[in-house]
This record gives sequence, C-alpha cells and structure tokens, in this order.
Amino acid sequence: MRQVMDGDDVQRAISRIAHEILERHHGADGVVLVGIHTRGVPLARAIADAIERFEHVRVPVGELDIGLYRDDLRRRPTPALARTLIPVDLTEERVILVDDVLYTGRTVRAALDAVSDLGRPQAIELAVLVDRGHRQLPIRPDYVGKNLPTSTAERVTVRLHEVDGDCGVWIDDEETR
Amino acid sequence: MTILIRGGHVMTPDGWEVLDVVVDGDVVAAVGQNLEAPQAEVVDAAGCWVGPGFVDLHVHLREPGHEWKEDIASGTAAAAAGGYTLVVAMPNTDPPIDSGHLARFVAERARLVGRCDVQPAGCITLGRAGEFLAHLDELWDAGVRIFTDDGDGVADAGLLRHAMEYLAERGGVVAQHPEDPGLARGGHMHEGSVSARLGMAGLPALAEELMVARDLALVRETGVRYHVQHVSTKGTVELVAQAKADGLAVTAEVTPHHLTFDHTRVETMDPDYKMYPPLRTAEDVAALREAVRDGTIDAIATDHAPHAAHEREVPFEEAPRGVIGLETAFAAALAALGADRDLLFQRMSVAPARISGADRHGRPVEPGIPANLVVVDPAARWTPQTFVSRAENSPWRGVELTGRAVATIQEGRLTHRDVVVG
Amino acid sequence: MKNLLTTEDLGRETLERLLDLSDEFVEVLDREIPKVPPLRGLTVATLFFEPSTRTRISFERAAKALSADVMSFSPGTSSLKKGESLKDTALTLRAMGADIMVVRHRAVGAPWRVAEWVDVPVVNGGDGAHQHPTQALLDALTIRRHFGKLDGLEIGIVGDIRHSRVARSDVYAFSTLGAKVTLIAPRTLLPRDLDGWPCTATGDLDDVIERLDVIYLLRVQTERGGATAFPSWPEYVSRFGLSRERFARLADGAVVMHPGPMNRGVEIAPEVADSDRALVLDQVRLGVAARMAVLFTLATGRGLTREVTA
Repeated sequence: MRQVMDGDDVQRAISRIAHEILERHHGADGVVLVGIHTRGVPLARAIADAIERFEHVRVPVGELDIGLYRDDLRRRPTPALARTLIPVDLTEERVILVDDVLYTGRTVRAALDAVSDLGRPQAIELAVLVDRGHRQLPIRPDYVGKNLPTSTAERVTVRLHEVDGDCGVWIDDEETR
Repeated sequence: MTILIRGGHVMTPDGWEVLDVVVDGDVVAAVGQNLEAPQAEVVDAAGCWVGPGFVDLHVHLREPGHEWKEDIASGTAAAAAGGYTLVVAMPNTDPPIDSGHLARFVAERARLVGRCDVQPAGCITLGRAGEFLAHLDELWDAGVRIFTDDGDGVADAGLLRHAMEYLAERGGVVAQHPEDPGLARGGHMHEGSVSARLGMAGLPALAEELMVARDLALVRETGVRYHVQHVSTKGTVELVAQAKADGLAVTAEVTPHHLTFDHTRVETMDPDYKMYPPLRTAEDVAALREAVRDGTIDAIATDHAPHAAHEREVPFEEAPRGVIGLETAFAAALAALGADRDLLFQRMSVAPARISGADRHGRPVEPGIPANLVVVDPAARWTPQTFVSRAENSPWRGVELTGRAVATIQEGRLTHRDVVVG
Repeated sequence: MKNLLTTEDLGRETLERLLDLSDEFVEVLDREIPKVPPLRGLTVATLFFEPSTRTRISFERAAKALSADVMSFSPGTSSLKKGESLKDTALTLRAMGADIMVVRHRAVGAPWRVAEWVDVPVVNGGDGAHQHPTQALLDALTIRRHFGKLDGLEIGIVGDIRHSRVARSDVYAFSTLGAKVTLIAPRTLLPRDLDGWPCTATGDLDDVIERLDVIYLLRVQTERGGATAFPSWPEYVSRFGLSRERFARLADGAVVMHPGPMNRGVEIAPEVADSDRALVLDQVRLGVAARMAVLFTLATGRGLTREVTA
C-alpha cells in the first residue's frame, strides 16, 4: 500500500477546488453542494468551509444516498441506506455533486438520477477528490483534486477524519492485499 | 408352489430359533434345521425375523367410490409390501359398507385382485349418518366382525347403546373413532401450545377422551367387545387401563405416526402431518409407547389413509386428514419401541388377528398352520421416495428408515419380495 | 432474508434495519416525486384470497413507489372450490412474470405452501389468525417514530387476541424490540395456551390502562368465530372498549393505535378515534413505507448488509 496524498495534500486540494468553484461561478450565489454518501458528504462540508473562509458566505450542503438508484442492486451486496437530506429546493440552483473517487462513473450516473427526482437544477457539476480513470459512461468531472492513473487491479482508498479518523489517499494492488 | 425360507430367526410356539421353514400349497409344511425342498422358491432369511404376517385392523382401501386415492388392488399391494397378510378395510367408502352386498363386494374384489386377505369392516349406522342402525345381521353374515363408523364417532349414545346390545349377542366388536363433534368442531391440529401460537383452531384431547369415557360406561352396561381406534392421548390410555383392570372386554390400537411424531411437526405447515386424531404432545407420545409395551394398547394399526397429490397441494387447514402407513409401519414401530421382536409381533400380528377373529393369521410358526407369514429384516436401511400405494402422503417420505419386509407370504403365495442389497 | 412470513424469527438487528430502511422510504414518500427506481422492471403480484382493500392497496402503492409493476389476483369468494387453485394460481402468476408474491389467505400456513412451490420471495399478507408481519413492522415503525424507541415502553393490546394475526405478529415484534407487552381480553378471547409467549395477559383493562404508553385496539373478528365469545356487544364495550372516560385516564404521553378498519362506538369511542392521540392514520401512511422496505429488501436480496467500500 502506498500513500499518494497525505492530510495536507487533501486539504490543499479542497482549497483549490473551492477557489475554482468561486472562479467559475463568479462567487457563491446559487451554488448548492451535494455530497454523495459516504465520504462525499464530509468532503462537501470541507469545501463549504473553505468557501466560507474565502468569501464569508455559507453555501448550503446536502447529503445524497444513491442506494435506490444504483444499477447493480441485484448483483452486488447493497449497503444499508443512509440519509438523503437536501436542505433547499434544488430547482433553478447550480448543484455541485461531490464524491471522493471517480472511477467507472456509475455512482455519478445514479446521483444524477436521484437529483433529477428531487428537483430541476439549472446545472449540475461534479467535484471529486481523486479521478482514477476507467470510465464506463460518458461522465467527466468539473473539479478534480488529483488525477491518479491506476490499473483496474489496483484499489484506491480515501480516508477522511470524520469517517475514518485519519486523512489521506492510498493505492494498493491485488498482490499486496 | 413351494417356498423355502432359509436361516431366519423363526417365531415358534416355544420361542425364537434359527430354523428353515417350508411352505407348500397354503400351509406351513415343515419347520426345522437344514431342510431340503427341491424346486422351491428360496427366500434367504439370514439375519431376518420370520413370523406370522402382520395384521392391520385399520386400513382405508377407498374402494368403492374413491379409487383416485387408492383401490383394493393398490392398497393390498402396499399392505403386502409392508409385510401384511390381512387388513381390515374401513367402511367409509362411497357407498359406505352398511349392507351385506357391499361387504361381499369388498371381500370378493379382494379375492380377485388383492395381494392380502381383506376382512371388510361394516358401519354401525346406516350411511354412517348416525341415525339408524346399519344392516348389522346382513353384514355379520357377509363376514363382518368389526363394526365402526370410522371417519366419525357415533355421537348418539342411545343409538350406540342399541348397537352394542345387538352386537354383544353375536360377539361382534364395536370399534369407535372417538371424536366428539362439538368439541372437535373446526379443529385442524392438537389444541395446545402450538395451535395457540399458530392461531389454528384446535382439537382438544377432551374430544377423544370424553367419547371414550362415555362409551366405556355403555360397555359396562352392555358387555359388548369394544375397541378404541387410534388412541392418541395419555388420558385415553388411562381410561382404557382402568377399563381393562375392571374386567371389561376392551381393546385398543395406536398408529405408528402417533408413536413417532408430536404436534410441533405442524409448524412446518405440511399436510403430511395432518390426521385425525392429530399429533399430540411429547408427553402423549411417551405414554402411548409405554402403553404399547405394557399391553394397555393391544395392537398397532396404521389407519392407512391415502389421499391424492392434488388434494394435498393446499394450505394445511384445507387438506384432508390422514396419512398412508402400510409400507413404513414396521420400521416406524421398530424405531419407536426398539428391537423387541416378541413385542412387535404381538402388537402387529398376534393381537390384531385375535381381535378380528381371523384364525388363519397371527399364529406362531409350526407345521400345519395356514401359510400367512412375513420375513422382516430389522437392519435393512432404506428411504421411501415412491410407494407401492397409489398415494404418497407419508410423513416418512424421504426419511431414512431401518427395518423392512423382505418377503410376505399370504395363503402360500409370495405376495411381496424385496431384494435386499447386501 | 428470502421470504417474510412471520415476525417470530426476526431478530432485533433485522427488525431495526428494516425500520431504518422504512425511515428512508418515508422521506421518499414525502418528496414531490414520491418514486424511486430500484424495483424497475420487477413485478410484484398480490394474491389476496381474503377480501382486503386497504392492505392490498398499501402493497400496490409501495410497489409502484419503487417503480415496480403490479399484478393483482383476488378471486371472488364463491366460485372457487376450497383450496383448489392456490397452487395453480401461484404457478400461473409466476409464469406470467411475478418476481415477488404477496399472499393473503384465510388458511393458516398458505404463504408457507406458496413458498414451497415458487422460487421467488413470498410476503405473508396475512394467513388466517396466524401472522401479519408487515402490519407488525408498520406498527413498530409508528411507535418508534413517535417515541424514539420501543425499549421499556408498556404496550397493551386489547381485544380479540385469540383470532388475531395482528396480535400474534405484534407480540413478537414489540417484545423483540424491548417493549413490555400485555394482552387484555376476556378469557374467551385469549389464546388457550400462553405458555412461552413473551408477554403477560389480563382480563382487566381498567387495572392496567393508566400505565400504558400505547394502547393498541383490535377489532372483534366475527368472521373468525369471535362473536360467540362474549354475551353481548354492550357487555364487551363496557369492559374493554376505549370510551371517553377510559381515554381520559390514559397517561399524558400515551397514544392509541388500531390496525383498521375500526368499529367506531365499539372498541373505540368516535371522539377518541378522531383525537390527535390516535395514530391510526400515521399507521396507514407509514404502512406504505414499511412495505417498501420489505419489498426492497426481498427484491435486492440484501439491503440489510453493512457498509461495503465502493
């Protein structure tokens, strides 16, 4: 297992994403961050914290569980459902989905379906901490913390304080597991 | 034909001994060591018990009227496969056996196509309707000796008393299916802890015991020979024991399934555990086993009750009552009571033969007796998946059993032959 | 979990996970578009051999909210010979594409038999007087959402217990979740043998009413033999009905529940039925969510497993 980002790297990536969001949207107006369970949620909050530090504005943060929208429900064990809690009406807002790792893109596809059922945003963007490639669907991120080319035999592990206690990104491959 | 049964443990009038038995025609011709019988059909009985063929006091052959479940040919074939040389056929057919010509029909049909002897039982009441007496004299002349409305009990005590007085003169047996209609109404299983949890209407033990207690009072008055069918409760055992102690001419039977299973089986919701009387508590099972051992219960009778497959593919409450039992009886009795061959032959052959008055059956093996014999292997392992009976409603289906009839001989005919794989 | 037939063997963890799942579906039902896609392409078949509109509609609503299709089979009661079509009906619906079957039948054990004959998940929608597990789930859900938990709550179930599948399911579910259950009925309406049941029983409602947190009222089932169990309706009502007077004696936070349909004026006074301490309509609303949780769990074969790293 080798570490590719430590706690400080993660923090810097979050700050940079926050700045990019503010740049692209000319401020924080109309922006809603929606974190995809599980680790997308604390990441979304961290981005909102950073935005607040820079702009002194609190952007709304929602939590989204995509367990009901997955396309592999009958094939893989489904985790127990977590909360979906969106504090504002999404219609006409600019939603930024936040997740820790972007891989095949299926999670994001499910999230797009879920968000569409919850309202009609003006636009939906995607922010991820790590993009490890191997897309199976035509989905691309708007904000990326780190591009991490991997092979499919490798596994990417993201740990965040709020969920795991420590913070960082690691890669290991099949043999070392 | 001539049959040589070689090397089995033979039940003789003086006890068990390893001997050969020769059957010639319809009698036992010789019993001894190292017998020779040229051109005889040889039955290798090493390790087996050889004794009088089993006699079942309670079998439903379903003919006339319900032949889709079973008929005399298939039912008696099943009996032979189970080691039986005589069965008493219950009269709840369609039409029920309440007149002489119907009893004659059953007996004649059995002579033509049967693979064991059949003694027809006759109804106590006309049409089994419980209102008027059946044609008791006609039935007696046609050879009926056991009278029962089986499937129902006779609820009208006045009518029953008349039947008892009438039959006491002849020496007939009044056999009662004890089920008080008011207490049993709507019930599907034993009324107890399991029925309470399943929310199923129950059949209380009292439904049986009340009728038996009442009948015994009538027996006391009329002096008739009285036989309690399918005893299922400890309370009934106690009533019968007391009656015998008082010198009443009372006999009783129990089924192999009541010696084996209790009411927790119904939790499977499988109609192969549905019968009347219902399976009762473990305490009742223990009391029944003890009663068989000490003779309070005289006979093991299967109450072989075939039902077609489609009739059982329904919820438990809607299924018809009863299970088959002829082919598995010996194995079940062996498992419930142990390998006590004296006890087993007494309960499955000698006593039931005596109760039915069949003097050609149930006799210890010696030269000159009618050749109604069975050879059983008490160690044979087998698993019934299909049955000789037309029906398959058996709680032992798919269960590994020990003990099986290897050969059955009825009036000198080899009616059943099982190849025992060594 | 392959089938949901009874609450007797549902452990605490399974029950709580089903309730957690139900909470999620309550949120879904509150949305503007109260529909999610996980059962898309699946068909839920309801086989209701006993008349029931409310339960069947509740299941159908739940199936549709999960984007499943629905097939419903309800034979008229007169034309069918007893029991002849249960197996055929089940196999026919299976052949027509049913992926989950919900079975209600007046004979105890019917859903168990259906589960023997088909290879798809079976939900017991009520079998005779035996079990009605989804009712118990929605009842537990209602109580949990109101009180936060069931541990330590005093729940009294009043009425025709002997003939009630709701009571039998509730007793196990409530006590597994930590509540203390008391059955309140005349002796003729209690099961004859309460040996081993996780509850107590009494014939005196007035003796216990003030310590109950939940008073759960059952209807007397005249169609299941309850009508001859007591001398007259007025006598039943006077001993066991939740009248205005008794309602006033309930503890402050106590609530009233009923599986429906209610006999207003019999087991429950009309003004009590309409009070805001009666959670009957909550039960109905939450019933759809609870049934969604059951269908979702059976269809995905899982839904109750722990978190798996994606």
